Amino acid sequence: MVEYKKVLLDPLVENNPIMLQVLGICSALAVTSQMQVAFTMSIALTVVTALSNFSISLVRNIAPSSIRIIIQMTIIASLVIIVDQFLKAYLFDISKVLSVFVGLIITNCIVMGRAEAYAMQNPPIPSLIDGIGNGLGYSLVLMIVAVVREFFGSGSLFGFDILITVNNSGWYVPNGLLLLPPSAFFLIGIMIWIVREVRREQIEPVEFAIQSTAQATASHL
Amino acid sequence: MSSGTDSPSGASPFSLRYWREMPNDCMPKIVLISVSLCVVCSFFVALSAISLKDLQMQNKLDEKRMNIMQVAQLQDKEGSLDQIFSKYIESRLVDIENGTFSDRFDPENFDVLASREDPGLSRTLTTAEDRAKIKVRENFAVVYLVKNDAGEYSNVIIPIRGYGLWSTLYGFMAVSIADGNTINGLQFYDQAETPGLGAEVDNPRWRGLWPGKKIYQDGTVKISVKKGNHNGNAYAVDALSGASLTSNGVNNLVQFWTGPLGFQSLLQKLPQSLS
Amino acid sequence: MEHYLGLLITSMFVENMALSFFLGMCTFLAVSKKIETALGLGVAVVVVQSITVPANNLALQYLLDDGALAWLGFPEANLRFLSLITFIGIIAAMVQILEMFLDKYVPVLYNALGVFLPLITVNCAILGGALFMMERSYNFPESVVFGFGSGAGWALAIVAIAGVREKLKYSNVPPALRGLGVTFITAGLMSLGFMSFSGVQL
Repeated sequence: MVEYKKVLLDPLVENNPIMLQVLGICSALAVTSQMQVAFTMSIALTVVTALSNFSISLVRNIAPSSIRIIIQMTIIASLVIIVDQFLKAYLFDISKVLSVFVGLIITNCIVMGRAEAYAMQNPPIPSLIDGIGNGLGYSLVLMIVAVVREFFGSGSLFGFDILITVNNSGWYVPNGLLLLPPSAFFLIGIMIWIVREVRREQIEPVEFAIQSTAQATASHL
Repeated sequence: MSSGTDSPSGASPFSLRYWREMPNDCMPKIVLISVSLCVVCSFFVALSAISLKDLQMQNKLDEKRMNIMQVAQLQDKEGSLDQIFSKYIESRLVDIENGTFSDRFDPENFDVLASREDPGLSRTLTTAEDRAKIKVRENFAVVYLVKNDAGEYSNVIIPIRGYGLWSTLYGFMAVSIADGNTINGLQFYDQAETPGLGAEVDNPRWRGLWPGKKIYQDGTVKISVKKGNHNGNAYAVDALSGASLTSNGVNNLVQFWTGPLGFQSLLQKLPQSLS
Repeated sequence: MEHYLGLLITSMFVENMALSFFLGMCTFLAVSKKIETALGLGVAVVVVQSITVPANNLALQYLLDDGALAWLGFPEANLRFLSLITFIGIIAAMVQILEMFLDKYVPVLYNALGVFLPLITVNCAILGGALFMMERSYNFPESVVFGFGSGAGWALAIVAIAGVREKLKYSNVPPALRGLGVTFITAGLMSLGFMSFSGVQL
């Protein structure tokens, strides 16, 4: 049980797929200007990752290695189509906003990455939990970005007005930059900064050290 | 890799054991696995697609009806969408060039999108004509006549579209039938303008500026969207602040669709033909 | 002609796959440390995109679209819900064929691009290109132009950010921001730059 808990919680902070492994950021940037949309996307991705991990793990022992990637792709693509159909049927408004990004879950590196790295080596139940864990890790980052963008960008949370904006004869002048997609880059960049300040072991090694002026002058003399 | 047709233990090819003992990378097993995977996946995909299809179609239809009802300001009426729609709304096919109703196609099933592809049913606009930046204008369009509680025709809802800053804006405009001149509502149902700036075309406060404005003065289009406060001016609407390009787009598309290439002749004939 | 030129410019700059729609971001950030590698990947994306978008367009027109199967005697069939899986299948197959073809006939090119080809199957810019083609219902010649343009735009973006990153390593970045963090912020600034193309109408 302890092990399952670790598999589930590890991807949330310690080994977050977006922050540390740089996987699956395309959609993290594009769908985070409204919390509702980001939330739907998070659930869709978590469901797909969990189920694809589970089913790929089920067939891992009989899958011929030469067509391994195609098998994974087929399973993932089928799951995404099913999720897409469900969204179109039950959450029509949100599915319109998500448009191509639901389809792009297929190429979301988290799904493929977990299938290849975890589900191919582990039994179905741990794979399922690993899928949920990684999906939640993705959702966590997505939701944090979405909270900041929606709250400061439109003065609302989940579509409910918190700060009344000037356009609706209130006092809050919304920060328009946060509604534009580039702001998601800045927010994720800043989040990485904060996380690495706290967990210094994640800091990347220096590629190129600049000599201090004193040393440089000394070496020339 | 062996060719794989010979089983190591000599089990029958129809037993499970035969397949289990075969190495994973043999041709027959690869074929079997891929075929069965395809069958299983296609079963689930087809199942979900077919079982949810009706719901999805209904969603699309409802969405369109909701938009029409909002422009017609019928959303407070009681009853289901179907009931309200059949009581207050009547869809008609219009020949845009003549401004007359036409029976050439059934308005319920007329595919406007397909008709734009058909040179016989559409008109390619020259650069000078194409103010709304739509390239092609269909010759037949579906409009919606709105009736009031007494069953008299009150408004006509015309479809409008045109390019803003990033995207084509699609919407509806309600015009009074009594004079064919007064705007009673404007709403866009599909747009991808800059959030917070151009996307404020969806803001109810801005939409609220439109009702009561007049389109024509002495038979020419005079309505416009421009900067400044135009509360007292019946022919101008405030531009959206910080979104001049989107506002210009709305200005151009409203002028195009109410102009001679749009629904001008229909709007001029309606007061006589229906009231 | 003018129309196609407009579409080409739009898909390269105004609607840049990487910096306006953020597609293919994983590879965009991961493989942009050196200009040479970025260029190799960029060229591979241009080639694959120019092949797969038109190929998917044909599949959509003659197999999947509403009434597309009329030539087989099924005018009622609408297989659009299968588009996702068809597109990804075609992309995977095309990449595989391209890899084998290059290996056999153009070994020089294979050596240069070979390592990137498998990466490209899961690059969302490629699938995204096919999905945008479907959403905007391009016809065949348009899809050729769009495929090339969007691929070239993506290549341009990754080479540009690789150039910035090569210079960036000589600068004194706060330790915790080093590497990934500052790359995100750089990409954000570039994307803001690309937003100035908005409103260009062609």
